Amino acid sequence: MGVFLFFLLAGSCVGGVLGMILSRNQAHSALFLVLAFTCLGGLFGLLDAPFIAAVQIIIYAGAIMVLFIFVIMMINLEKGIAPEKKRWTLVISAVLAAFLLAELSLAVRGTTGALGRTGGETIGSPNELGRLLFTDYLYPFEITSVLIIAALVGAIVLVKRREKE
Amino acid sequence: MIPIGWFFGLSVVLFVLGVIGFFVKRDLVTMFMSVEVMLNAANLAFIALAKAAGSPAGQVIVFFVITVAAAEAAVGLAIILLVFRQKKSIRAEDMNLMKG
Repeated sequence: MGVFLFFLLAGSCVGGVLGMILSRNQAHSALFLVLAFTCLGGLFGLLDAPFIAAVQIIIYAGAIMVLFIFVIMMINLEKGIAPEKKRWTLVISAVLAAFLLAELSLAVRGTTGALGRTGGETIGSPNELGRLLFTDYLYPFEITSVLIIAALVGAIVLVKRREKE
Repeated sequence: MIPIGWFFGLSVVLFVLGVIGFFVKRDLVTMFMSVEVMLNAANLAFIALAKAAGSPAGQVIVFFVITVAAAEAAVGLAIILLVFRQKKSIRAEDMNLMKG
């Protein structure tokens, strides 16, 4: 059951990202990405992280992607942008991606066997995570609020239209 | 039960797909989406390692990464909107103000 769920979620996650890359239309790309992020939330749930799974679906698949869709709506390109015309850039990016994949696989190859399996005792219950956030990670947590205020103010100041003098 | 190594492998695949998307796509919004995919691949690796280590600290890090990603998306999209207003285009090759 767990293995089936993993392959279902992983397949639709990778499929969503591929759809995002292959689709011409930006709005379709964004919706494919919502699918991918939702499936990733399910994978987080499989990995015993229910709180992060909920945060992933609410913040990533919800809030951030709504932001993307709003921007796509404001930009409003009638037809999407054609993919790269020059053939050699595609070839180079494919080769580079293959190298990166090989490199990362080599890097993680030795470790993956030692990681064990899911199941066992529960970690990352919301209680435990909340306790950690307000004790061990109190300073980063508070600094995050400053960061969010800065981002909020920055975004508003950037996009605000200058008044005509 | 599922081997945690599989999640790690999936994270590698997602990261590489994000890199490919960043190279292949030509509009700023989709390139930005590819960056989000890479961030999520890193998150998946963090969660998988948190499970392997049996400690929730990795999940706390992911919580912070998601928060920073939200802030980054807000500012990044504001910049993209600003660029679109000035140049009436979001194609990456039209961003050539700094070209000599």
